[in-house]
Amino acid sequence: MSALVTLDKVTFHASERQILDEISLSLKAGEITSLIGPNGAGKTTLVNLILGLNQPTSGKVKRQRGLRIGYMPQKLTLNAGLPLSVDRFLALTGAHRQARKQSLTMAGASQLINHSMHGLSGGETQRVLLARALLAKPQLLVLDEPAQGVDISGEEELYARISELRNQLGCAVLVVSHDLHWVMAQTDSVICLNRHICCHGHPQSISNDPGYLTLFGEQKTPVLAPYVHEHDHDHSMHGDVVEGGCQHD
Amino acid sequence: MIDILLYAFIAGLLLVIPAGPLGSIILWQRMAYYGDTLAHSALLGVALGLLLDTHVELTVLGVCVLLALLLGPLHRISGNSLDSLLGIAAHTSLALGLVAVSMQSGAVDLNAYLFGDILAVQRSDLILLTGISVLCCGLMLWRWNALVAIATHRDLAQVEGLPVARLEILQMVLMALLVAVGMKIVGVLLISALLIIPAATAGRLSRTPEQVALGAIGCGCIAVVGGLFSAWQLDTPAGPSIVVFAAALFFLLLPFGKRTKT
Repeated sequence: MSALVTLDKVTFHASERQILDEISLSLKAGEITSLIGPNGAGKTTLVNLILGLNQPTSGKVKRQRGLRIGYMPQKLTLNAGLPLSVDRFLALTGAHRQARKQSLTMAGASQLINHSMHGLSGGETQRVLLARALLAKPQLLVLDEPAQGVDISGEEELYARISELRNQLGCAVLVVSHDLHWVMAQTDSVICLNRHICCHGHPQSISNDPGYLTLFGEQKTPVLAPYVHEHDHDHSMHGDVVEGGCQHD
Repeated sequence: MIDILLYAFIAGLLLVIPAGPLGSIILWQRMAYYGDTLAHSALLGVALGLLLDTHVELTVLGVCVLLALLLGPLHRISGNSLDSLLGIAAHTSLALGLVAVSMQSGAVDLNAYLFGDILAVQRSDLILLTGISVLCCGLMLWRWNALVAIATHRDLAQVEGLPVARLEILQMVLMALLVAVGMKIVGVLLISALLIIPAATAGRLSRTPEQVALGAIGCGCIAVVGGLFSAWQLDTPAGPSIVVFAAALFFLLLPFGKRTKT
């Protein structure tokens, strides 16, 4: 499978402080990647490098030529003096009305088309941002903490929608989350970040995990899956790598 | 008298028409202080223009554009927060301008630059003003959707492929152009008021970005008419009177804003 974006030993400094250290990874067409890590791990910085919003201090970011990226930012802080309807917000991309309607339907927000952007709830804003990301006809969908500000059922619904969209559109998906133990069940690979890549793996299979069943009950298709970290190092208070056995999960 | 008032009226309208949409964009991007800094630096441009014995508008434009382009790199290199940097730049350039103007031989009417002199507008000024006004409006119409997109979410606009850095430079140049011509009308100290106040007034009453821009033009026009009328009837200074009317309109319409801050 071809890689849409490849990072080769990417390091990023912000005013003398090292934010990311020698990150190498690749995002493959059609695959779902979950990027997890604690707050301050550099997740958003890494996303900005992948999107091309920032340039690495050293190392290389290679993007496939003409790659179409749909980006759903973490939050939207609209100025109170900027009145926008949902439809006008989507029209900022230059998309036609038919395309706007279609992507709103795909994001499950068709009823919001004439609402003001200022009156939306957290979950509704999320769906409108998803609709805007879909307008790019993305080969890669980048979602920065999409589950932030929505409750657990909202999170499940969102993840179910994203995996459905992946199947429908065949796009690759990069999902960022600060939840260290539960990731989207359909995730093909998990990257755990704490300024460097701590571990890299696959989520556990759900069928035999009693913890999931007690938490969410039996569902036909599970949306979340637990992720077991396999670290071969430890972190000091400052996040530096300390040699020694794995102490945390 | 009618001639003077008519010229002043046309000059005022030619200024507030591009100021409406540009002020709206500046307000949405929370860059009100940016406009203030550029306006303050205009006095340095005035001093330079007098020194070189050339068109003051040209040197003001040059100084404003230069400052606008320098602020970005200065922000990155110095590590100071942008608002402290803007404060430093605004008052340093204002003070430098005042010192430089005072060193000119011959008397210079500082008040005309600080607070404008709309009643002294000549036919030749109107030609320049018309040109700048049409140019600014044309550029904003051409890239309006993109400018609103950047004001809404800069990163998102960039990922979607808009040339954000270039459009931000365009915006700076537009602001510098308006400062250069607006200086003569309301002065360097009040020009940013004409950008901000009408847009803030319209923003509370509108449902689309275009309504804000058009509403800001409308509020600006009312302020120009009111200010000039008061200057004519009560002999108040015209430039400040226009700003007072703009502010009065803002407070008058305050109870009618539908939306609460979210």
